[in-house]
Amino acid sequence: MAVSVDEAVSTRPARDRGSPARRFGGRGRSALEVTLLTVLAAVMLFPVLWMIETSIKENRDVYAIPAKFFDFKVTMDHYKDVFVASGSGRSTLSAAFLNSVVVAGASTALATVLGVPAAWAYSRFAMKAKKDQLFFILSTRFMPPVVVVIPIFLMYRQVGLIDSKLGLILIYAAFNVPFTIWMMKGFVDEVPAEYEDAAMLDGYTRLQAFWRYTLPLLLPGIAATAVFALIFSWNEFVFAIFLTSSDSVRTAPPAIAGLIGGTTVDWGLVAAASVVFALPVLVFAYLVRKHLVAGVTLGAVRR
Amino acid sequence: MGTVAVRGLRKSFGKVQALDGVTLDVPDGSFFVVLGPSGAGKTTTLRAIAGLDKLDAGSVHLDGRDATGDAPAARDLAMVFQNYALYPRHTAYENIASPLRARRCSASEIAAAVERISSLLHIERLLQRRPAQLSGGEMQRVALARALVRHPRAFLMDEPLTNLDLKLRVEMRTELTRIHRSLGATFVYVTNDQVEALSMADQVAVLKEGKVQQIGTPAEVYERPANQWVAGFVGSPPISLLACHAEGDRLVGAEGWTLPRPRWTTAEDGRPLLLGVRAEDLSVERRGDASLPGELYGLEPLGDRTVVDVRVGTEILKVKARTTVTGTPGERLLVTVDLDRAHLFDAGTGLTLSEAGR
Ligand SMILES: Nc1ncnc2c1ncn2[C@@H]1O[C@H](COP(=O)(O)OP(=O)(O)O)[C@@H](O)[C@H]1O
Ligand SMILES: [Mg+2]
Repeated sequence: MAVSVDEAVSTRPARDRGSPARRFGGRGRSALEVTLLTVLAAVMLFPVLWMIETSIKENRDVYAIPAKFFDFKVTMDHYKDVFVASGSGRSTLSAAFLNSVVVAGASTALATVLGVPAAWAYSRFAMKAKKDQLFFILSTRFMPPVVVVIPIFLMYRQVGLIDSKLGLILIYAAFNVPFTIWMMKGFVDEVPAEYEDAAMLDGYTRLQAFWRYTLPLLLPGIAATAVFALIFSWNEFVFAIFLTSSDSVRTAPPAIAGLIGGTTVDWGLVAAASVVFALPVLVFAYLVRKHLVAGVTLGAVRR
Repeated sequence: MGTVAVRGLRKSFGKVQALDGVTLDVPDGSFFVVLGPSGAGKTTTLRAIAGLDKLDAGSVHLDGRDATGDAPAARDLAMVFQNYALYPRHTAYENIASPLRARRCSASEIAAAVERISSLLHIERLLQRRPAQLSGGEMQRVALARALVRHPRAFLMDEPLTNLDLKLRVEMRTELTRIHRSLGATFVYVTNDQVEALSMADQVAVLKEGKVQQIGTPAEVYERPANQWVAGFVGSPPISLLACHAEGDRLVGAEGWTLPRPRWTTAEDGRPLLLGVRAEDLSVERRGDASLPGELYGLEPLGDRTVVDVRVGTEILKVKARTTVTGTPGERLLVTVDLDRAHLFDAGTGLTLSEAGR
């Protein structure tokens, strides 16, 4: 997974990053900065724009040479093809999207349910070799998926988890639990243990104290952590392509990849499917962006 | 009933021995103060009584019953934390109601109890605020209210007044003593402020580096400190300590002075001693046969009295005097010592030698 704790935390100095321009440029950004940013944005965003354009072009325009940037006819046919099969009924792609929703959602929920209490325990209790344990937990993430996928494939075949959604959910949860523990431990550390102590003297058990008084303070952190876990599970490709084969189980990334190959490639369909695939991640990250920032800057909250 | 007793508490954090065999007996209904400097192990002691931390050794007895392994909720204690630990997302009302909610009291019982305690502590108009909207003194009152809202076996208070400004602190001292008297409940009260300890306590336990130095009434701790350290920690201005030894019927100072040997001391000749005299038992005005030659070092006017610093050899004596006292630094003068009220400590062990013969 590409997102590390450091990246998660890196939104904090965002305010500082803009400041040199303000300091040197007087008002606004310097012309050089604007030019560079424009060029950079164009280079970075061009593939995205091209993908969106292709998804709404008619096939004739998709293959036109020279390429048409503006003067093409807009069609929604490709989007229809993503969801509706050529005859009638649901397409295999729409089934794949549904699988992705189920697998990403369930694995994130599982990782959160397992990881948050574990993070709380690692934060609150004295235990032997705590640092070593935490390092060991993180070390399960050091191995690239391609390396472990073969042994997991063999194990899954033995226990009948191959080509099943449950199998994918478990492996994604296994990958997300260490991340959840590490990220959430930071958030739990920020919540003073005295709230729980006070609650226990009020007459609550330790678990009730956690549930009533600590957990609500952790929600922004949990939201931030869950979004990262969700994005990992949603985007994951290697395990998905090795461990699943049937259309009824396959998630979106291998299903979209499967559209490419063969003698002709329906680029319009590939582009439309990709847009549909990218959209939930963007929307979700946008919706929780406040929580992301709140979660990431929890340490600054007045105590 | 509400007796609290701890036996041989030991607790270490890594290399730090926070508690090193602490034994205390808190009688029912008493205002028991644990006094010690920062890092003495006061908080750790309270947390041990509350059952919040696992102990390395020792036991906790509540009302005569061994409660060492009991969960905090089962101990029926209330605690005011050093940093208040008010629940940040709850209003003052909800904070105060929390112990009652945990005990499944009815809404009307809760409302009545919260109202009663808030009028006692004058916080009625704060009830709908959250902790972030309260000042330090207000948070402290809410934290007190959360503890006082029910009638537990004993109240544990961890430096509840330390974060307040002086005026409020003095007010709350009186207030707390009054509440204690009206409730008749057992208070275990932790502080690093010896004035608080002396003014509020029925009994004081002086703690240093996880060891109990002395237990007694405020008067006992002040008048008969068990060792040199307690003598220095309790009392303001601090007690003056002078190196000396006994020689026949004289006490001979390291600085060359001599004083009549107090009748009560049993120390053998030549043993290194420390003579401890409190500022009020020294005088630059009175005359007596026991006096030390020194020179004026400085004057500290305190309003109602003046503390005169007198240099004897290399040591500075703090002497209480009337505000009319005057002088210029360097001026030679005689300091009269009330030997009947002085203390002698073994210079090696620091233990008092005064008690044996008195
Ligand atoms: N959770 C902890 N981890 C490590 N050391 C601690 C912890 N709690 C207390 N200590 C150490 O134990 C000693 C006693 O602490 P404490 O009971 O808090 O002192 P006091 O309340 O008298 O200031 C101190 O040296 C402190 O640093
Ligand atoms: Mg403390």
